[in-house]
Amino acid sequence: MNLHLVILIALIFAALWTVMTRSLIRSAIGLALTSAILTIVMFALNAPLAAVFELSVCAGLISVLFVSTISLTHPLSRQEILQHMKDRLTRFWYLPILVAVCAIILSALDIKFSLKLPAHETENDVRVVLWNLRQFDILGQIIVLLSGVFGVVILFREKNKK
Amino acid sequence: MMHTLVLFPFFALIILNLPLRVIFRRLSFWVVFALSLIQIFLVFFPQNAFWGTHFNFLNTFFRFNLSADGLSMVMLLSIGIVTLTALLVARQMITDSDRMALFCSLLLIAMAGMNGAVLVRDIFSLYVFLEITAVASYIMIAFDKNIFSFEGAFKYLVLSAVATAMMITAIALVILFSGSTEFYLINYAIRASAHTSLIVLSLGLFLCGFFIKAGLIPFHSWLPDAYSSAPAPVSIFLAGIVTKTTGVYTLIRIFISIFGFNGQSQRILLLAGIISVVIGAIAAITQKDFKRMLAYSSISQVGYIILGLGCASSLGIAGAILHIFNHSVFKSLLFVNSAAVETQTGKTNMDEISGLGEKMPVTAVTSTLGALSCAGIPPLAGFWSKLLIILALWVGGLHVYAVVAILSSVLTLAYLLSIQRKLFFIKGNSEENSQIKEAGFGISLASTLLAFISLATGVFFPFIINSFIVPFGKIFGRF
Repeated sequence: MNLHLVILIALIFAALWTVMTRSLIRSAIGLALTSAILTIVMFALNAPLAAVFELSVCAGLISVLFVSTISLTHPLSRQEILQHMKDRLTRFWYLPILVAVCAIILSALDIKFSLKLPAHETENDVRVVLWNLRQFDILGQIIVLLSGVFGVVILFREKNKK
Repeated sequence: MMHTLVLFPFFALIILNLPLRVIFRRLSFWVVFALSLIQIFLVFFPQNAFWGTHFNFLNTFFRFNLSADGLSMVMLLSIGIVTLTALLVARQMITDSDRMALFCSLLLIAMAGMNGAVLVRDIFSLYVFLEITAVASYIMIAFDKNIFSFEGAFKYLVLSAVATAMMITAIALVILFSGSTEFYLINYAIRASAHTSLIVLSLGLFLCGFFIKAGLIPFHSWLPDAYSSAPAPVSIFLAGIVTKTTGVYTLIRIFISIFGFNGQSQRILLLAGIISVVIGAIAAITQKDFKRMLAYSSISQVGYIILGLGCASSLGIAGAILHIFNHSVFKSLLFVNSAAVETQTGKTNMDEISGLGEKMPVTAVTSTLGALSCAGIPPLAGFWSKLLIILALWVGGLHVYAVVAILSSVLTLAYLLSIQRKLFFIKGNSEENSQIKEAGFGISLASTLLAFISLATGVFFPFIINSFIVPFGKIFGRF
């Protein structure tokens, strides 16, 4: 239980660092770190497949995309970085306090519920879940991906022409 | 065969864009036109085999659990009508054929998303299809690629992402206490469950998420920017149906199919509804840009729908659902009129435009009908739905709410008539107006059709009450 608590606190710290850190590249790394810690939580909760997806897609693929996009942008000068850092601190100074207050309130509420996690063996096979039980969601996912493609085509195509 | 309402727009999207794109893109307009017309047509035949039987060939590949009750039917009808309207206006306003084809593709995506959202009976699938609609909407708002449209799209994106995060957390909590994602199983679990705090928390998160999506006060900050900065056909589409499906329909659905009502949730709905009704109307009065004014008016009208829902009676819910349909029609109509004025004058500031009535008679007449319907003047459609909502409030003993709702309706009439007078009926600058003529065929056709629907729904209401209102009562009666 204590180990879980440490992991959760680390998760919150990584998330806060992602939002409050001074440069975009650090934010991207912070996000990858958050995903990696979340992966550990998922493993601890008997969800190895979700954990693998989280690690490979969120911590891996998306971080690669972010870092490559950021590397294509114009780097900031030292002064701009300092200004940016100042802006972020003024914008998000309340976040750690908010997290701490939420933590205090939630622990004071002392919410108890009997969480029944499904035993690992009785879970449906992920292939069955994806292809048989959640077919309509898969169709939805495909349409979401297509709309993303349209977004790129509509919003960026003319720029290429120029 | 209901799944074809999602599958056909999806297939059409692929066929129009992938193989032989150069040939098929010319057909984009007609494909969306045909699909929305078929959708409207099918709704008028609820006994048709389409709504019940399974088409064997498709069913071997796609096994979806969908169903359509009265509420879904009304939403499908509204989706068909508003898509058709937006399409007609877009044909007039988007002259580049490539861009028109892309706009049609976005309409198809949004149509598939909204049809899916109103037909599913599974909370996670509902979330997936809301996301489809939302993604298509972001792109649509930014379609013009100017700084204002990007700002509107970005605001919508950020607030919608917050709403999405709340919804997905709420869904996770629902799965935690019910172990299922199907509406009826969650409903059973809620009745039997002892986890009251978890249920309240998940309902609270759902409410905040849907309030953001519906643009209710105080979660409305994205809505006026998005509506006013989007291109005209997109404003029609957003105001007419997108926020109604993603925010209002979903709210009604989770109450009647999942959570049911209790005293507290009823109070929250009534409070949120009345605040939006009043503040939306007051904010609308102060606007100079007519698109922004219509956006605030939308917030106020959505408030009425939530008030109807908050009554938690079959009469109130019937009024709410009817008002969704009526609002889709008259708000689309008013946005079509605003598109007509915008295209002909190039302005959206009401102080700079006047005396268009003689030059644009169709727009003037239809927008007056739309405004009167919005303000709830008999015998137009808006009157009946507002009457049902106010009656439901009165019968439920909520007299203060009923009185405030009536007074706000008077306020609505005041600001809508003042805009009518300013734009169309006072004498304008004849030199400035000399070049202005009636908007083109597409816009005039769309506004005439919508005005006709608004008038016909009002005049033939006694006939409609048996075929629509009674089934609505039955929906609620089950829970």
